[in-house]
Amino acid sequence: MGLILTEDQLILRDMAKSFVDEKSPVERMRALRDSRDETGFSRELWKEMGELGWIGIPFPESVGGADMGYGELGIVLAECGRVLAPEPFLSTVLLGGNAVLLGGSEPLQKELLPDVCSGDRILCLAFQERGRFAPYAVETSATRDGDGFRIRGAKQFVLDGQAADQIVTLARTAGASGDRAGLSLFVVDADARGLSVEPAELLDGRKAARITFDDVAVDGARVLGGIDGGAEVLDAVFDRATIGLCAEMLGSFEEAFERTLEYLKTREQFGVKIGTFQALRHRAAHMFSELEFARSVVRDAQSAVDDGREDVAQCASAAKARCSEVANLIGGEAIQMHGGIGMTDEEEIGLFFKRLKAAELTLGDAIYHRNRFAGLRGY
Amino acid sequence: MSSASIEEFRQEVRSWIEKTLPPELRVGNRKDLPRDSLRKWLKALAERAWIVPDWPVEYGGAGLDRKHAAIVKAELAAVRAPIVRGFGVSMLGPTLLEFGTDEQKQEFLPPIARNEMSWCQGYSEPGAGSDLASLQTRAVRDGDEYVITGQKIWTTSADTADWIFCLVRTDPDAPKHDGISFILFPMRQPGIEVSPLTLIDGSADFSQVFFDGARAQARHVIGPVNGGWTVAKRLLQHERSTDGGSEGGITGAMKETLVDVVKREVGLENGVLADPAIRQRLAAQELEARALGLTMRRALEEARAGQTARDIGSLGKYRWANMVKGEQDIAMLALGTQGLGWSGPGFEDTQLERTRAWLTTRADSIWGGTNEIQLNVIAKRVLRIPE
Repeated sequence: MGLILTEDQLILRDMAKSFVDEKSPVERMRALRDSRDETGFSRELWKEMGELGWIGIPFPESVGGADMGYGELGIVLAECGRVLAPEPFLSTVLLGGNAVLLGGSEPLQKELLPDVCSGDRILCLAFQERGRFAPYAVETSATRDGDGFRIRGAKQFVLDGQAADQIVTLARTAGASGDRAGLSLFVVDADARGLSVEPAELLDGRKAARITFDDVAVDGARVLGGIDGGAEVLDAVFDRATIGLCAEMLGSFEEAFERTLEYLKTREQFGVKIGTFQALRHRAAHMFSELEFARSVVRDAQSAVDDGREDVAQCASAAKARCSEVANLIGGEAIQMHGGIGMTDEEEIGLFFKRLKAAELTLGDAIYHRNRFAGLRGY
Repeated sequence: MSSASIEEFRQEVRSWIEKTLPPELRVGNRKDLPRDSLRKWLKALAERAWIVPDWPVEYGGAGLDRKHAAIVKAELAAVRAPIVRGFGVSMLGPTLLEFGTDEQKQEFLPPIARNEMSWCQGYSEPGAGSDLASLQTRAVRDGDEYVITGQKIWTTSADTADWIFCLVRTDPDAPKHDGISFILFPMRQPGIEVSPLTLIDGSADFSQVFFDGARAQARHVIGPVNGGWTVAKRLLQHERSTDGGSEGGITGAMKETLVDVVKREVGLENGVLADPAIRQRLAAQELEARALGLTMRRALEEARAGQTARDIGSLGKYRWANMVKGEQDIAMLALGTQGLGWSGPGFEDTQLERTRAWLTTRADSIWGGTNEIQLNVIAKRVLRIPE
């Protein structure tokens, strides 16, 4: 796969674009937010996306998927990003779904993934215990109990935890917080005894839950990857999820940038269009160059996964380091260039600004990913 | 073209290079290459017409299509073979192919293709830098000739070039863009004086050139008389695309990679750079080079697939300049006061090289259109924001 879209991918993009424009304009996301709906997204729309085959894009046909790649998934995600659709690709496909796909036994995959692909099952990944992204900083413990385990601890910021049927849970089976070794992943049912899920609203209108585990029992057959070896699976899941998130961000970048550009071309002050001011023209041109850079590194990361390249981790960090910076730049400039109107809740550009901040800080910011990239490069 | 024959061609190119290129030259375009050996190599390259593999055979090229030409270039780059990258090959040649008459192409392209005619660029003037179109050098018609009077500055290799391609004012009364012609004339003649300029990095590759009654043939005007601005801009696009595409830039020719410099100067603790802030800067720098390289590659793929006709030249030049300067900025931070040597004992060659490169690269965001000019071009031509 190259850095540009193939003919088939261009067709998929046009389809996805007309679908989200018709079914999910930005007002829909706003209405969902304002209704304080418990689910946080539309189950009906999610199932429609399932019927179109989009949820199943990265999953094999044997579990009901479409067996396509991150190039295709990225196209759909970018279109969702363009209209700020809050449907649970990140939680259900990229995080939870990937954990089951990359670490689950065949029976477990057959049990869970067909309903994921159809849109009937929502998954989430409960990994975070503090704010700054630190994937191995895990204190939640899983201790052996007969054939199974008992989980104790608390997780923060579990995206779509409020709606999930299964919670893929990262827990420590050995070692100390911060160790890469000694981590294990478990599939926990949302109705398990001892589990409490408290939903919260986020600044971008999406939802995440605080989940506490009070001696929650889980069967030994519901482990993803090996006991103590969960980090292998986790790293691969995060790389793919990061690449997917970056694709969604790209769609939001494009839309926020286009809207800002349009504003520069139409808004008048001092009797002229504000886009005639060089102070704004230069910043717009610089933003454009960053947008092009983001597009290139995201496409490269997608092909790294799809071509089975060995540098997926480097590419994922290269993409997220760039996209996190660009989120700040385009989001910040979008508000600044819109001026006072950009500060109002009524103007949609603020919704993009907030979504971009959320995406920037999700799965590691630019500093995190530059550090990781440096490590992978041997310094 | 079948992939088998492409592969066969690649093998042919590779084995020719293998047997023709001596090992001591496999270090890129460095200034200190052994002269005889370099001359022999470039002559061999010229005989195969691989200095300009994609030019038509009638004009001295090898007549290869884009795929085959790309293979030649890639194979040469893979072994860091010195290549000809002068103004003739990379800028004037492509411009002549587009705007020259058949007679002009016949006269100039073959010697350029054989590396037998070197060129300098007469664009900037003391009063015409970013506002290039306000140039004042005059050309007055005299029979079959023009008489040139005026002054150019920042002329690279003016002291060694055989010919100059020069922007001159042929109609002083027309609006500034409409009275300019693009003309070629020989540098070794009465009425031309070259005076080298020493720059902040100590180099003297640039000159001022003074014209006082220099002569040019009227048939050597490229494009219409008074229509030179279009030709001039097109040539600048070739210049910009050359920069953005040369990912390594000055970097590729340095004795030591930036990562190695920083590792050595800052030191590693448990495999991690001892200074976390420098580590961040270095990673950001590598990510910058990577994103630029991928963006230029993507633009090429898009153009080949006919997906867009976006002009990526200004974007490439702007980000390339920042990238190249950024690399030397980090090297200087890592070197500390070891980056402040000029001559004498106490400084390694690799350190002195970085000091000079830091100074040299300050020019990269100035020449060929300053960063500010590139941003103007992007805002106007790509984003189409009305002025």
